[in-house]
Amino acid sequence: MASITLERLKKTYSGNVDAVRGIDLAIEDGEFVVLVGPSGCGKSTLLRMVAGLETITDGTLKIGDKVVNHLEPAERDIAMVFQNYALYPHMTVYNNLAYGLKNRGFKKDDIESRVNTAAKMLEIEDFLQRKPRQLSGGQRQRVAMGRALVREPAAFLFDEPLSNLDAKLRVQMRVEIKQLQRRLKTTSLYVTHDQLEAMTLGDRLVVLNAGEIEQVGTPMEIFARPATMFVAEFIGSPAMNMLPLEYLHDQKSGGVLTNLPEGTDTVGVRPDDMHLTPPDMPYLTIEGTLMLFEAAGAESHLYVNLASSEQPTVIRTAGQPPVREGETLRFYVTRDALHPFNSTTRKRTGS
Amino acid sequence: MQTKRMTFPGRFLPYALLAPQVIITLIFFIWPAGKAMYQSLLREDAFGLRTTFVGLENFARLFRDGDYLNSLSVTAVFAVGTTLISMSVALLLASTVNRMIRSRSTYTTLLVWPYAIAPAIAGVLWWFIFNPSIGIVPYLLDMVGYNWNHRTSGNDAMLLVVLAAAWKQISYNFLFFLAGMQSIPQSLIEAAAIDGASPMKRFWTIVFPLLTPTTFFLMVVNVVYAMFDTFGIIHATTQGGPSQATNTLVYKVYADGFIGLNLGSSAAQSVILMVIVILLTVVQFRFIERRVNY
Repeated sequence: MASITLERLKKTYSGNVDAVRGIDLAIEDGEFVVLVGPSGCGKSTLLRMVAGLETITDGTLKIGDKVVNHLEPAERDIAMVFQNYALYPHMTVYNNLAYGLKNRGFKKDDIESRVNTAAKMLEIEDFLQRKPRQLSGGQRQRVAMGRALVREPAAFLFDEPLSNLDAKLRVQMRVEIKQLQRRLKTTSLYVTHDQLEAMTLGDRLVVLNAGEIEQVGTPMEIFARPATMFVAEFIGSPAMNMLPLEYLHDQKSGGVLTNLPEGTDTVGVRPDDMHLTPPDMPYLTIEGTLMLFEAAGAESHLYVNLASSEQPTVIRTAGQPPVREGETLRFYVTRDALHPFNSTTRKRTGS
Repeated sequence: MQTKRMTFPGRFLPYALLAPQVIITLIFFIWPAGKAMYQSLLREDAFGLRTTFVGLENFARLFRDGDYLNSLSVTAVFAVGTTLISMSVALLLASTVNRMIRSRSTYTTLLVWPYAIAPAIAGVLWWFIFNPSIGIVPYLLDMVGYNWNHRTSGNDAMLLVVLAAAWKQISYNFLFFLAGMQSIPQSLIEAAAIDGASPMKRFWTIVFPLLTPTTFFLMVVNVVYAMFDTFGIIHATTQGGPSQATNTLVYKVYADGFIGLNLGSSAAQSVILMVIVILLTVVQFRFIERRVNY
């Protein structure tokens, strides 16, 4: 158990490619922090720097109170779950779990009791004598988790551990990882490109883009008040619509929107915040042509072309509204559903 | 899965297409092999005027012959020595090169060169290096008080042919080991590093076990090489001497048949070699199919 502190952490690859450009982050003891971002944003590099698999170009990395910049991965007291699980194919599940303990000189019966406890916790007791190739994807995933937790390390590092599983299993394992972390209260750093995984798992999210932090906060904070246009469009699915101000009409005056924070030239509206029926509160309206109607069971997605905009605006509604493709529709948006941005700085305006 | 099936318009074309390979196999492999088997049952007189059918007498004689039994053990020592040296050096080189990033391809290219050299040339090269009167190694050994002479010392001669034969095979083994190591996912090594295994321990507990199929394949290939493909090296360096110390089975076939002109015995020896090759091949296929270990 320990906190992890990153101070101005940098990684520059040969040829002056900056993968990580100075990250400051304090992860508290027992916290579950998720690093999320598109591919190539530096999230995996950052995780591998914490693990000791990548050298640190600049900055300080502390686990607990100890600076670990130059320590070997084994000396950092961390455990990692890899994307492809990285189970040793020639060893039985038991030996896969015991390997790290043997290397650290644990006693034989201590190893046995730890492996058995971990196996019981993850429900893999029946497979202990099997080789990894005889296991299904989900079972391998559990073994990989087991290997991480037998050592009772100071921190768990997860490198997109669920991306090789099918959709159903992914949801199941996601829940299990969350419960396990709650139970063990081990500091965890989790990397994913899947915003849903990030939202559901993390105590706190760190949204990364191009090697820099865009925003840090609890999932709901980030969802409710995205600090930048990047975060706004990255978190939430379907993505938030970014609309130029002139598309929105005030309910009363019919004119252009006023009273927005200074510098606002774009507003973001989530697909769920655009309604087909007028709400009870004061509202704004937008008009557009319905390009495509997608029925997805409990909800429907409407792809609407607003006047001269290139990208279709997406609207999500419950059920299946009586609309026809090609029809001009009017949508209603309440004022508190607007996220004001400046398209030059790409940041949220106002406080 | 559906396999693609070619259909030919007539019967003639497929046979015509197969013919060259079949004819070459028949003329250069099957016919001589059959001839050797037949000849192994005959004995010719010293002038080649009369041949008599002697049944398995040639074989029986071989196994009573001290020189032949000696040749068997010489071959065993030679094959095991060559395989061990060439494989362990190749493994060492491969694991070193595998850690390089930018210079890897340069080293690989350089290390593969010896494989392109003809066995006889390799033999001559080592003959020069170890030449008792003009070679560099005997000169250096002399300084530390060792008198190298593979013309009189059987052990020296054996060491020389083993070194020469192993040297030539290192490139081949190196390539396979390197390819084998590169197919091991990097994340396994990283996981082992996090699991607290030192680089040495990682090599012996992760990399080496995962190379087992490669190692086994190379072992068979190397034994076959040492037993059958080293004629040139031995001919160029020791010619089987001194006093039979490096007279391997293959070299003895040549020496008895073409120098001693004892064609019946020589043919019997080649039949025995053929049986050994067949056995080794069977072993190889059996185990390779099973993928050894994991």
